[in-house]
Parts: sequence; structure tokens; C-alpha cells
Amino acid sequence: MSNASSAPQHSTALPNGWEMVVGLEVHVELDTKTKLFSASPNHFGDEPNTNIDPVTLGLPGALPVLNKQAVELAIRLGLALNCTVQPSTFHRKNYFYQDMPKAYQISQYDQPINIDGFMMLPGDVRIGIERAHLEEDTGKSTHIGGSSGRIHGSDYSLVDFNRAGVPLVEIVSRPDIRNSDQARQYVAELRAILLAVGASDAKMEEGSMRCDVNVSVRKPGAEFGTRCEIKNVNSIRAVGKAIDYEARRQIDVLESGGTIRQETRHWDDAEGRTHTLRSKEDADDYRYFLEPDLVLLDPGTEWIEQIRASLPMLPAARRAQLATLTGANKESESVYVVVERGQDEYIAAVAQAGGDAGRALVYVQQAFAEEGATPAVSAAHLAALTQMERDSKVTATQAKTILAEMVANGGGDPAAIAAAKGFEALDTSAVEAMVDAAIAQQADAWAKYCAGEEKAMGALVGAIMKASQGKADGKVVTAILQSRRG
Amino acid sequence: MATPHSISIETVAKVANLARLNLTPQEMATMAEQLSGMLEHFGGIDKLDLSAVVPMAQAVPLKNVLREDVVMPSLDRDEVLASAPDAHDGRFRVPPSAGQES
Repeated sequence: MSNASSAPQHSTALPNGWEMVVGLEVHVELDTKTKLFSASPNHFGDEPNTNIDPVTLGLPGALPVLNKQAVELAIRLGLALNCTVQPSTFHRKNYFYQDMPKAYQISQYDQPINIDGFMMLPGDVRIGIERAHLEEDTGKSTHIGGSSGRIHGSDYSLVDFNRAGVPLVEIVSRPDIRNSDQARQYVAELRAILLAVGASDAKMEEGSMRCDVNVSVRKPGAEFGTRCEIKNVNSIRAVGKAIDYEARRQIDVLESGGTIRQETRHWDDAEGRTHTLRSKEDADDYRYFLEPDLVLLDPGTEWIEQIRASLPMLPAARRAQLATLTGANKESESVYVVVERGQDEYIAAVAQAGGDAGRALVYVQQAFAEEGATPAVSAAHLAALTQMERDSKVTATQAKTILAEMVANGGGDPAAIAAAKGFEALDTSAVEAMVDAAIAQQADAWAKYCAGEEKAMGALVGAIMKASQGKADGKVVTAILQSRRG
Repeated sequence: MATPHSISIETVAKVANLARLNLTPQEMATMAEQLSGMLEHFGGIDKLDLSAVVPMAQAVPLKNVLREDVVMPSLDRDEVLASAPDAHDGRFRVPPSAGQES
């Protein structure tokens, strides 16, 4: 997924002092080999109905048995979200739909496995996590006929049960989100955490991570307004757009004297709007009751602590560490991007090899987008390049050229590349001579520059760079010009 | 007569609708009477002080019945679809839904 980066794209403020209140329900498919309650493969993209068994199909007499790995992954996620892991039970959620052959979904109700966590967003914004519970995914229906491929007006539906019974965790945030930037940051951070702990591949485009968004609006300090739930929000970008659209729609309704009905709405990404899917006036009545075929799940302190000890360093801690090492802001785009690519340990290795970590961060962000966690360029060679630039043996522009060559060749000694390209450092006296020559040739520009016209410096620098065939260091040239002006 | 444990005709109608059951008025009256009788039967529990009793999660004294994450062979698709009322393109063909999406 290419849109996971947390690059800031600021949402505009709401009119007339309105405030939005947003909560997210995110479903993620766990990265297990088999389903939650049966041994059919959990595998995306297979031929329809090839990963099915009696439990998946709800055949009479088939009994569910809980997948230990799904429990472990759910706990890993729960701990990473600062949740309390508690003894839990499973319930039947009863409803009729063709993609649930049992006529119920097994989910967790009043005793979910993970409760009361939180996630931190940039600016020390804390978003509460109400719960992160286990449940089974449904099958997939394709509606045939009718105009839009949606259920209304369709002639019939085709059902594939490969996905039915795939283990899910549903992560329910508290309504702590106040703008679409935070919502996008929340989803991006959740995705980063899922990848870090190995709970899910979190591919929104394949549906292994799916967002439902609850939106209401109010005046600050007032009671929460009536909320609408938006479904079909299938990318981080769409999360932001859907929230901004829906908040404005509700404000328009309220300001024109209307009221908001509690309902489920569908996000149409092509049209950029939401529309009513169904009213919730008939409040959902799923007649939850305890699943009699499953017993208490009580992982116990020993297992939980074992899992906690096995967790990797989480993205937020890695960003903080990288920021400390490089001197960059921990909320800067470069820090986010580099940790997302897993290249922070590489930068630590560059620093270990005597390199300048701050320069390495810039190089890695700019030049290693196509590289993984272990770039082809060795840490020692990148360290050498940062030293050459720091010691003014090459200019910043030359360093960039050398780096591009190193990346293209899958490595290489920067000193050798510099020599091959004739990037020998000009000593300062040579640059000073060029500066003086330029001042003599460009007397007009020099006079203007001396009179305080800063942009006149450009003509002088340009002439000097040309004379040096790009070998002069722009920073050195500028410094000499400034000292000559006095 | 309404007692603390009675089930009204309205409740029966609502539950029947949720369960997609088509009951006649006569059947609804019968169900209301029988369900009320059953609740009445268990009503004695209300007289006990249960404040110190932890609700029972399961009738069986077991916990953590778990399975290793190992793939077993799936059912044969053609055989399964042959048992379905209708199939098309490797999938079950069903009428437009009369139900609800979760």
C-alpha cells in the first residue's frame, strides 16, 4: 500500500465552530494459516469455495475449535495497543444473510479478549481503544443483475465461502478523534503496529484491513450528536475524505433546521459522497447468546507475559529512537517514512560506522525508497559518503550524484566514484580565486549585492559554479562572498 | 394476566419476525402462554441471593480448548456444490437476500 505514509495533508476546519466526533471500528484479518474455528486454509485470492469444510459451511453437527495462533496474534495486537488482556467468552450474533451459512456469526460480546487500551498520535493526542475482540469473517457475496452491482435490484447472488471463518480482530476506538487528520493518522499507525507485531498483512486493497467510521458533530462542550456509521471506506485517503464529507453533510442538515437520523451510510469513493444504506430506526437486534460449543478462553498470566516479552520494538518507540539518533523531529515525515520502510536500524549502523546520522536520514529517505530494510549500499559506504560531505571533500550536489550511482550499482565505494567522476575537492584558495574573478567580471551584480540586493548574489554564484564545473561547494562560495562584502 | 415473567404477544411477534418465522395469531397466543409458563418455572431463582455467585460461562468445566494452526484438506468443491440447490461458476447461487447485512 502506497498511501500509508503519514505525510501531513491538513483537513480544513469546520464552519461556524462545529466540532466533529469520530470513532473508528477497524476489522483486520489475522495472518494465520487456518481459519478461526476450523482447519481450512486462510488464504486470499484462491479459486472460490476451495477453502471450505463442514464448520465453514455450517453443516449440521460440525463443531468449532479455537485456533491457538489466532489467540496469540490477538493478544500480541492487544498488548501493542496497551490493552488489558482478560478471560473472554464467545457469543453467537444472530442474523440472516447468505454469506453466513450458520445464520449467526461467532463473535465476542460482553467479555472481549482485549479491553481499555490506547494509541498515541502526533502532538501527544491520546486515542482510547475500547476493545479489540476476536470474531470470524463472513463469506463474500457478488450481486448479479440490477444496475449497480449492489444488492438492491439484483437478480441473484453468488456466494464464495473461502473468507467465511477467517479470523478477525475488530478494534473499536473510543470517540476521541476530532478531525480527519487524526483519523488518517490513527489508521496509518494501527497498520504500522499490525505489521510490526506480525498480526496481519493489513492490506486495505485486499480487504484484510477494513474501516467503518462513526461520525457525529456538535458544538464544543455540548453532548454528542446523533451519529452515522459509514461503511465501505477502503483506503486511508478515503477515511479522511469520507469523514470530512459526512461532517459537512450533517452540519448542513442541522443548520437548515433538520435532524440527523441514526443510520448506516455507504461511502461512494468515485462520487466522493455518502448515501443512506439503511436506517437504524429498527435498532439491530442480534439476540446475542453465549456460544454453547466453545469454552472459556483464559490465556493466563504466564502465556500473556511470554507474548509480551516476544514483542518487537513498536513503531512509535523506533521513531523516537531514530529521532534521538539523527536530531530530527520524531513527528517529521522523514522519520515516519524511514521507520515505515524499516530502515532505521540501517541508519543506526551508518552512525555506528562513523557516519553522520542526520545526513544519512536525508540520503536514505530520498534515495532508498525502492530499497528494503537492508539496502544494497553498505552502511560503511554510506557512512563514508556522509564523512566526505561533512569534510567538504565533495559538495552536497556531488554527494547526491555519487549516492545515485551507488544505488544504481547496488553499492560501491563513494571515494572511488568521486575520483572517477573527477569530484576532487577544490581547496579554498582556488575557490577564492574564482570568487575574485567573478566579482571582476560581474561588476554590476557585485555592486548591487554590496548595496544590499541579496538576490544579485545568484548571478555571482552561478558564474563561480560554472567556472568550477560544479566542483565548488555552494556553501563555501556563499561564505566567501559574504566575507568579501564584509 | 401480566406477571413478572409473562411474555406478551408483541414480544412473541417481534422474536418471530427476527427469526423469520411466520406464525398465525393462534400460534402466537400459544407461544406466549408456553414461554410465560417456562419463565414462571424458573422464576424461583429470583428469590435467591446470588450477589456472591460468579456467572457461569459454560456448563462444561473446561477452558482453553485450542487447536494448533495446521491446515487440513478442504472439502471437494464439486461435491459440495452438487448438494446445493443451485450453483454457478464455482459458487453458490442464491436468491436476492431477504436478510440483513451485518
